[in-house]
Amino acid sequence: MRWLLVAVLAVPAAGALLAAFLPSRAGQVAGTVAAAVTLALSVPLYRDSWFSYGPAAVRPWHEVDLTWVPGLDLRFHLGVDGVSYPLVVLTGLLTLLCCAYTLWRAPAPGLSRSRSLRSLAAPGGRRDPASSLRSLDRILPALGRGHTLVALLLVIEVGILGTFLALDLVLFFVFFEVVLLPMYAVIAVWGGDDRAHAARKFVLYTLFGSVLLLVGVFTVVVSAGTADIVALTGGGELSRGTQIAAFVLLAIAFAVKSPLWPLHTWLPDAHTQAPTVGSVILAGVLLKMGTYGLIRVGVGVAPEGARWAAPVLGILAVAAIVAGSLVCLAQTEIKRLIAYSSVGHMGFVLLGIATLTTTGIQAALIGNVAHGVITGLLFFLAGAIKERAHTGELAQLGGLREQSPWLAGLLAFAAIASLGLPGLAGFWGEAFAVVASLDKGGPLWTTLAAVAAVGGALTAAYFLRLLRRVTHGPAVGVLDPPGLARAEVAAWAPLVLLALVVGLLPALVLGMAGDPVGALVEAVGS
Amino acid sequence: MIPGVLLPAVPFAAALVGLLLPLGARKAAATVGVTGAAAALVIAVLLDKTESSREWVRIGDLTVTFGVRIDQPAALVAIAVGVVALAVQVYSITYLADDERYPPYAAQVSLFTAAMLLVVVAGDLIMLLVGWEVMGICSYLLIAHNRHLPEAPGAAVKAFILTRVGDVGFLLGIAVLGIGAGTFRIADVLAHDYSATTLTVAGLLLLAGVAGKSAQFPLHTWLPDAMAGPTPVSALIHAATMVAAGIYVVTRLYPLFTGTALAVLGVMAAITILLGALAATAQDDIKRVLAWSTVSQIGYMAGALAVGSTAAALFHLLTHAAFKALLFLAAGCVIHAVDSNLMSRMGGLRRDMPVTFWSFAIGLGALAGLPPLAGFWSKEGIINAAHHPHGAAPEWVGWLVWLAALAGVAITALYATRLLKGTFLGEAKTHGHEAPPLMRWPVALLTIPSALLGLAIFWPAFREAIGLEEAHIDAWVLLPVALLAAGAVLGWRGVPTVPAFARAFWLDEVQHFLLVRPVRFAARGLRLADEAGVDGAVEGTGRAAVRLGQQVASAHRTGLPRAATAVLAAAVLLAALGVIL
Repeated sequence: MRWLLVAVLAVPAAGALLAAFLPSRAGQVAGTVAAAVTLALSVPLYRDSWFSYGPAAVRPWHEVDLTWVPGLDLRFHLGVDGVSYPLVVLTGLLTLLCCAYTLWRAPAPGLSRSRSLRSLAAPGGRRDPASSLRSLDRILPALGRGHTLVALLLVIEVGILGTFLALDLVLFFVFFEVVLLPMYAVIAVWGGDDRAHAARKFVLYTLFGSVLLLVGVFTVVVSAGTADIVALTGGGELSRGTQIAAFVLLAIAFAVKSPLWPLHTWLPDAHTQAPTVGSVILAGVLLKMGTYGLIRVGVGVAPEGARWAAPVLGILAVAAIVAGSLVCLAQTEIKRLIAYSSVGHMGFVLLGIATLTTTGIQAALIGNVAHGVITGLLFFLAGAIKERAHTGELAQLGGLREQSPWLAGLLAFAAIASLGLPGLAGFWGEAFAVVASLDKGGPLWTTLAAVAAVGGALTAAYFLRLLRRVTHGPAVGVLDPPGLARAEVAAWAPLVLLALVVGLLPALVLGMAGDPVGALVEAVGS
Repeated sequence: MIPGVLLPAVPFAAALVGLLLPLGARKAAATVGVTGAAAALVIAVLLDKTESSREWVRIGDLTVTFGVRIDQPAALVAIAVGVVALAVQVYSITYLADDERYPPYAAQVSLFTAAMLLVVVAGDLIMLLVGWEVMGICSYLLIAHNRHLPEAPGAAVKAFILTRVGDVGFLLGIAVLGIGAGTFRIADVLAHDYSATTLTVAGLLLLAGVAGKSAQFPLHTWLPDAMAGPTPVSALIHAATMVAAGIYVVTRLYPLFTGTALAVLGVMAAITILLGALAATAQDDIKRVLAWSTVSQIGYMAGALAVGSTAAALFHLLTHAAFKALLFLAAGCVIHAVDSNLMSRMGGLRRDMPVTFWSFAIGLGALAGLPPLAGFWSKEGIINAAHHPHGAAPEWVGWLVWLAALAGVAITALYATRLLKGTFLGEAKTHGHEAPPLMRWPVALLTIPSALLGLAIFWPAFREAIGLEEAHIDAWVLLPVALLAAGAVLGWRGVPTVPAFARAFWLDEVQHFLLVRPVRFAARGLRLADEAGVDGAVEGTGRAAVRLGQQVASAHRTGLPRAATAVLAAAVLLAALGVIL
C-alpha cells in the first residue's frame, strides 16, 4: 500500500504535465482523468485499524520514509491517518469536480472581459503597478485556456495533498508553498475585473505567513535536531520558551491561511475575484491547510506553546465568529458574503482547536470537512448565479425561485446546511466546538461558548437575509439560462449528498479520527 | 426498535421523494404526501412502549446515541401529529389547487411531519435537537411559500431567527446536560445526579428554547406574523404540533426542572396567557385571532407544567391539537370562499357555509372551554392543578397561574364569541360557498375529537397513559363556567378595540428597537471597521512599502558629486568602524 501514497501525489503531477502540454481539449480530458484516478487512489488509503500500542502520538496507517537530501538530513516522509484521511479524500473529490466542471465550461481569461487590453497596448496607458501581471496579460491568449487551468488545479492538488500527507516538517513547508503560485495564477488570469489587486494581495499576504512558517519550522528543526513530525509530536525535546516562540510563529502563519480574524482580509478579495473553480478550491480545501497545520504541526509539535496561547486563540476565534457574522449581515455582494461566512465558520473550527480537548479537536476536524463540502457547494451556486445574472450584487438579484426553482432550491439547501442545521454536515463541528468550550469550564471558556452560540444565531440571520434577497420576492432581471446544465448537476450532486450523509452519519469522519486525536491530546497532555 | 424508527423515517422518505419530483407532478406529489402521513399515522397507532439505543457517534468522551424512547404520552402525541398531518395533507390538495409550487410544499409538509415525529420519539437530546431545528426550517420554508404575499419572506425570517435566538439557550442547555452525564441519551441524563445549580442553569437555558419554539413571552412575536404561511400549514405547524413541541419536551425532561426554573416558567406562562388572549380580542384578521389564541393556549400548557402537572399539560396539548387544527382548517374554508382574511369583510356566512359554521362553532366552544366539549375538561384540569399545586415550584406560582388561567377563560370566551359573530352571524357582507369535499371532510372529521376527546378523562386507560387524575366536579367548576358566560356576553355585545391590544402592547416595536436595530447598527459599523480599519491597515502597509521603495529608489538617482560624497563618507565610516572594533 505504500506505493499508493506516492501515487496519490505522482498522478496529479503527471496529470498536470499532460494537461499543460497536450492540446486544449485533450489536455483538459487528460487532467480530469488524472484527478479521477487520484480520487480513486486516495480512497483505498483507508485502513480500519489503529495501532494502540505504538510509542508515538502519530501512528500513520501507511508510511513512506525515504532519504531525500542526505546532506541536509531531509527525508521524504509521507503518511496518512484518521486526521488527514478525510481531508485527502475531500481534496481529491473537489479537484475532480472542479476539473470536470471546467470540461463543461472553461472560464474565459479575465482579459477578454475587461477593457485593459487596449489601455495596455496604448503607450502611456493606465499605470498598472503589477508589472508581472502585465507580462502575464501579454501571453494570456496562449495561456488562458481551459487546459492550463486544469493543469494549475492539479498542481494545487499536489501541494494540498502533500501538505496533508507530509510527516516531515520541511517537506510540509515545501508542499505548503507549492500551492501559492498556481493559485495566484488562477486568480490573476481567470479572475474578475479587479483580479490583479486581489491576486497580488493574496500572494503577498500568504507569503508573509509563509515567512513566519519557515522561521517557525526551522526554530523547531534546529532546536530539536529533527524534522520528523512523528518524533516531534508531543514536544518532548523542546524547552518551554522554544515551544512558545515556535507556536506563536506557526500559529500566525496558519492563522493567515485559515484565516483567523483579524488576518483574514485577503480572503474576501481573493474569493470575489477568483473564478468559480478557484473559489471552490480556495474555500473547500486550501483554507484547511491552515487548520490542519495548526492541529498537526502547531499543537502537535509545540503543545506547551499551544496551552500558553489557547485563551488568546479562543478569544480570537470567537471574535472571528461574531465579526464574520456581523460583517456578513451588512454585505451586499453574494460571493463576498460567502467569503466572509468562511471567516465565521473557521472561527468555530479554531475555537474547537483552541480548547485542546478531544471533543474540540474532533469538532474542528468534522467542521473542516463540512465547511469544505458546503462552502464548495455555495461557491459553485454563487458562480452559477453570477454567470446567469451577470451580477453578484444582492440588490440586483431577487426572485430566483420564480425563474429557476432548482437553483433556488439548491441555494436554500446549501445556505441551510451552512447555517448549521442539525442533521446536516455543518451542525456537528459548530455545536461541538461550543460543547467542547463549555466542557472546558471556567468563566472564560463558558463565556466563549455562549458567545459562539450566539454567533450561531447570527449565522442563521445572515444566511436567511441572503435567501430573502436572492430567492424570494418578485423576479429581478433575467437569468440566462434558467435551467441547470447536466454538468452542473453532476458537479453539485456529490456535494449535496455529502452534506446530507456526513450530517446523518458523522461517524464516517469522526470514527477514524477519534483514536488519533485522543493520542494527540494525550501527548499534548492539556 | 423498528416501528419506532420507522415513524419519522417513513415521512422523511416521502419528503425526499417529493423534493425530487418535478413541479408539474401534482398527482404524484399528493399521493406521496398523503401516503407518507397515512403511513405515519398507522405506525403511530401500532407503537408499543419501547426504549432502545445504539451509539451514533462519539466525540471525545461524549457519546451521542441513536435510539427511540417511546412511552404512552409519546405514542399519544404521535397519533395526534399523524391525524393532523394526514388531515392537512388531504386538505392541501384542494386548498393549493392553483399553486404551481405544490410538490415542494407537500414534500416540506412531509419533512416537517418527520421532524416532529423525531422530536416525539427521540431517545437522545441531540436527535431531539435535529428534529427540533428541522421543524424550524420547515416552518421557515412554508411560511415563505406564498409568493403573492410581500410580507411572507420577512415573516418567515422573523420566525426562524426568533426561535433560533431561543435555541442558543436550548443548545447550551443540552450541552450542559450532556457534559454532566457524559452522554446525551435521555434515559441516562434523567438518571444522572446533577447538582442543583447545574439543573437550574440547564433548565433555564432549555426554557429559552421552549419559549422560542412555543411562542411564549418574550419570544412570542413571530407567531402572529407566521400566519403569512398557507392556512393548512398554520393549522399543522403553528397551532397543533410544532408550537406545542416545547411543552412536550418539558414533559419529557420534567424531573430535571427545579423550582426556580418552574417559577420562571410559571411567570412566563401567566404573562403569555393574558397577553395572547387580550391581543386576540382586538384583531381583524381571523388567522391572527387564532394565532394569538394559540399563544395564549400554549401559555395554559406551560402554566400546567409550572404547577407540577405534566398530565394536565399533555391533556390540553392533545385537545388543543384537535380543536385548533379544526379552527384553522375551517378558517381556511372561509378564506378560500371569500378570498379575504378580514372579519370586517365577512359576516353572515352561516347560511352559505353550514358545515363550516357548525364545525367552527364546535371548535370555538372547545377553545373557550364550553362544557362538555374537549377544551372544557383539559382547561378545567389545568385550573384545578393550579388551585392545588404540587410541583417543585413555590406556592405563589400556583396562585399566579390560577388567576391568569381564570382571567384567561373570560377573555377567551370574549374573543371566541366575537370571532364567531363577526364571521358567521350578523349581517352578510359577502357571499361564500361551502368548501369542496377534500377540504370539508377533514374539517368535519376533526369535529369529533374536538367535541369528544375531553371525555377521555372518564376512560381509565387514557388517564393512566398520561398520568391524569380522575375528573372531580365540585363547586369550584362553577367559577370558570360563570367567567365563560360573562366573557361570552361581553363578546356578543361587542367591546371597543383597544389599540394596545391590537398592537399586542407594541412588543414588536420594542423588540425591533432592542434587538434588530442594535444588531444592524453593529453589522454596519463592523463592516466599516473591517474594511477601513483591519483591511485598511493591510492595504496601507502595501502602499507604504511601495512609497518607501520609490523614495529609496529616488534617493539612489542622484548626481555624481553627491554620490561620490556619499561613497567617500561611507568608506570613512566603515574604516572608522574597522579601527574601533
